Amino acid sequence: MEEDIKPDRKINIKGLVCPYTFVKAKLAVEDMEIGQVIEILLDYEEASRSIPKSMEDHGQKVLKVEKINDTDWVLVIRKEKE
Amino acid sequence: MDFTEDQLQRYSRHIILPEVGGKGQRKLLGAKVFIVGAGGLGCPVGYYLTAAGVGTLGIIDNDSVELSNLQRQIAHSTKTIGMYKIDSAKATFEALNPDVRVIGIKERISKDNILDLIRDYDIVVDGSDNFPTRYLVNDACVMAKKPLVSGAILKFEGHVTTIVPGEGHCYRCLFEEMPPPGLVPSCQEAGVIGAIPGVVGSLQAIEVIKLILGKGDPLKNTLLIYDALKTTFRRIKVLKNPNCPVCGDNPTIRELLDYDAGYCAVQ
Repeated sequence: MEEDIKPDRKINIKGLVCPYTFVKAKLAVEDMEIGQVIEILLDYEEASRSIPKSMEDHGQKVLKVEKINDTDWVLVIRKEKE
Repeated sequence: MDFTEDQLQRYSRHIILPEVGGKGQRKLLGAKVFIVGAGGLGCPVGYYLTAAGVGTLGIIDNDSVELSNLQRQIAHSTKTIGMYKIDSAKATFEALNPDVRVIGIKERISKDNILDLIRDYDIVVDGSDNFPTRYLVNDACVMAKKPLVSGAILKFEGHVTTIVPGEGHCYRCLFEEMPPPGLVPSCQEAGVIGAIPGVVGSLQAIEVIKLILGKGDPLKNTLLIYDALKTTFRRIKVLKNPNCPVCGDNPTIRELLDYDAGYCAVQ
């Protein structure tokens, strides 16, 4: 089912490392409405684990974490909380 | 307001905090804080508020930097001895963070200028070193309904309290009248460990940041006492006094007094 979710917003943070990966992701989520979904493309492996963890700590819902090729990950997150 | 790339880097450790985020950082950048004194307390308060990106800092001080200040007044330096403290502090703060507008006021704060000076600011910080100024700042903040973060230091001890007029106690609820001159030693007579104003000023800066963000529990109705020798923090409950002469139900102090004159007369 979750494969069908269409993101309301997409950001590409390839090339960034921590903590700027999370800074960019968090600011993007802040600008969204509750219930909206963001797709995040990144290539920093640690952030593929730390962003989902931090997003959940902040009360957001992680819908998908997927390694899509040798270098890149896609995260899909739904905003649940301001 | 969008952050520049430099700002994203500078404030990244704020932005990633759930209590701050981009929204909180924008509040900090939009805030205006007035600091009384560019001395032991004013230096660390101004330094950390500058680093935090508090957008506008007004600082009033009438003194020049002396060699004996440098044991604790960290915004000044050996190279700025003889300069006005506001100019020395402004140069230090602007070098740290160009986002911050530092407005130095080389005047003595008094009953005649204080209400005009604080009018455009959101929060006042008292870093003064004498009782007439402490009571003047308290009474003016109560009258102008400005939140006040008050700090005091002596020897190995520091006090911090946050006064939110209408919501909690004021300084006169705690100590109704100024102590008689001579009873309380000044810093010059008693000395102070240089890092004490660092602790107290940092606590004051955090109180200011909490007030700006609207997060956490400020020291309303509370006096925090730091004892460096024992390494203890004590929280003393302070009730708002309904008979307080300035913030009580029927205040007897309705306009600012001549604090210095009264103080000197007793002397």
